[in-house]
Order: sequence, then C-alpha cells, then structure tokens
Amino acid sequence: MSGARATASQTAGPYWHLIDHPEWADLLRADGPNAGLATSRIELAGRIADGAGSPVTDAMVEIWQADADGRYDGAFHGFGRCATDREGRYRFVTLRPGPVPAAGGGNGWQAPHVALSIFARGLLKPLVTRLYFAGEALNETDPLLAAIAEPERRATLIARPEGAARWVLDLRLQGEGETVFLEI
Amino acid sequence: MTESPAGYRRPRPGTQPGYDVPDYGSTRLRHPVRPLLRVPHGPTETTAPAMSPALYAPMPDMTRHAGGEAVGERIIVAGRVLDEDGRPLRGTMLEIWQANAAGRYAHPGDTHDAPLDPHFSGQARVFTDEEGWYRYTTIRPGAYPWGNHHNAWRPVHIHYSLFGAGFAQRLITQMYFPGDPLLPLDPIFNATPDAAARERLVARFDLGITQPNHALGYRFDIVLRGRAATPFEEDHPE
Repeated sequence: MSGARATASQTAGPYWHLIDHPEWADLLRADGPNAGLATSRIELAGRIADGAGSPVTDAMVEIWQADADGRYDGAFHGFGRCATDREGRYRFVTLRPGPVPAAGGGNGWQAPHVALSIFARGLLKPLVTRLYFAGEALNETDPLLAAIAEPERRATLIARPEGAARWVLDLRLQGEGETVFLEI
Repeated sequence: MTESPAGYRRPRPGTQPGYDVPDYGSTRLRHPVRPLLRVPHGPTETTAPAMSPALYAPMPDMTRHAGGEAVGERIIVAGRVLDEDGRPLRGTMLEIWQANAAGRYAHPGDTHDAPLDPHFSGQARVFTDEEGWYRYTTIRPGAYPWGNHHNAWRPVHIHYSLFGAGFAQRLITQMYFPGDPLLPLDPIFNATPDAAARERLVARFDLGITQPNHALGYRFDIVLRGRAATPFEEDHPE
C-alpha cells in the first residue's frame, strides 16, 4: 500500500456548464455512442428541490446504467449528463436497464436501476442516489432497497410511470421527503 | 472497463469535505440532513463509462479560440492520475474548465465586472497516456469575487472532472496555485479538514514542464480511490 490518499472533492460550482453538452442527455442520440442500437427508448425525468423546496436550477445530473441485459461491459454506453433547467428539471432519454448481479459476487440480483449523481454549487461532493422502476418485481428483494427500513424513504428512490415510456422521480436534497442518498 | 469485485477503499477521515459546511453558504439548503446509506460496491459502482477520444474529441489547448489567441499568461499544466495504490489510470478522460485571465467565466451566469475574452472559452478535454500522464495548455486564470460573504474572493483555480475506472472513483475537484494569499480565506478550499489533503489541491511550479521562451509549467497529480483489499473489508464504519 502506498501512502497516497484520494484527492479531495471540490464543488463543480455554478459555471460547470462550460463542460455541458446538452445532447449527452439523450443516450440514444443519432450521432452518439449508441447510434444504431436497436432498443426501445424510455425517458427519465424529475425535478430537484432544495431544503426550502426551491428548484435547484444550476445542477449537473449524471446517470450511469447497465444495458437491457444488466451488463455494463456490453455495446451500450450507459452514461448521460443533463443540466437542470429554470424549474430544477432534468430529463434523460435512454433504455430500461435489466437486473444487475448483486454486490459481493453472490448469486442474488439487484433490481433494474439507474445510478444518478448530482453535482452543483453548494455540493462539495456529489450526492449519489439510484432510480428504480415502480412495479418491478425485483424491487421487493433488492438488497439496497431492503436496507432502507422506512417505506416512505424507500419510495424516494422509486420512479413512477407517466404513460408508457416515461418515468418520473423528483429529488429532494434536504428536509421533508429528503431523497435517500448513498455513500458509495 | 476495469472491474474491481471488492470495490473501492473508503476515504480516510478528514481527507474529504463534508456536505454541511456553514462557512460556505450555498451548502445550507443543499446538504442532506438524513444519514447517507452506505452501500457495498457491486457492478454499478465498479464499472465506469469508457470515454474514448473517438467519442469525446480531445481539446488540449485553451489558448486559441475563435481564430485568435487568448489574453493572459500562458501556462502548461501536466500531471499524473493514479489510484491510492500508485497504479496509473490509463486513458481516463479529464474535463477542465476555468475563468479567463481577468477572472471571468464565458458563462451567462457570471456577471462579474471584468472583461470577457473572445478568444478564450475556458474548456479543455484531455486523456491520460499509458503512464497516467495528462497535459494541457491554458491561460493562468484570474481571481474573482463571489457573494458568499463580505469581500469574498475565490483563489485562482482550475476545475477538473475525472471519470476513473469505476463509478465510485468519479471525482470533480479544483486545482489551486502555489502562494495564493486567498487560500487561507477560502471556505471551499478549507472545507477539507485535513491540512495535507488541502495542500494536495495546490499545484506546484515545475521547471521541467516549463517550456523555454513559451510558458511556465505546473504539476498537478490527482489520486483516485484505490481498491479495497477484500470484499466488505472496509464496510465497517470508522
């Protein structure tokens, strides 16, 4: 073991949009890394609010997810980035991931999920959470969801369907209805 | 796409900032008040997007933009990206952004009364080589005021975004400059309790990186989390 320690995180600040590329929010874009991949598209969307309930209008939201077979090393490039808008909204176009093997190399499965990180002014480190899909049978046995004792807190990670292919998950950084954030 | 089944090491106490930092006003309504849920690392945390130069075109020179040369002191910044075990991160993407020489970002939200530079956009993208080295050319940014408290000024800094080999290695940080008198006054820099960890955010002047008759050189190494030795070994609270 060397004595090196990981570099400290610092805030992305309010001007991170210099590295924003709005097209990255569409993982299935025609000229993107997943161009030509035959798949059915879904939309992930929601609104981010702070401890006063005000919209977080300057956040960078990133997602990382598996492909439809639950694989991270296949052809699908499961990364996206999105800036929240004036109402604190984010929106991604992607595909629905499949179940992912459990941590620790056991035989268990994790329910289909999308990892989601928030970077922003006022966040010296990202806030990391997950988006799960309501109605998914594996949610009942997912180890991460099972580790959240209170059902109303568990619900902060479960996106609700709006129509056939749109999933909505609002995020609350602080206070009433605060999203369960993860220490990864 | 490297996978580490055991996951990544947890940070040593004090070496990372917290979420609730009263001296940094923007944290007040944005920090969670409920404890975070510590999760073991599985495939979601130990894999990361493969960011290749083919997909994300490198832009290693910030000193030329829109057909002209940026105003200010040209500098070269180089360094290595390693993990906590000293292993180089190969082919990892760095996104870099900063204010111009006058301390103004080419961003509609920046209303600081300092000139914009039509030949400076303040964004770069580079990839590490086989030994983890990266390098770019830019203009030394200026300090600028912000509204955190009376007479608040951010020290001179450059923003960095790195992906690493696993989602749990993702890092956004800032590089500072040696000898900046604003560092002891800056609540963002000082949000990291450990003094040695703060010092590692400060680049050092490097004559070897300096190019004769062209530009001063600065060295800034970045360390991403190392791998945990065995599964769950570090899943016990400190």
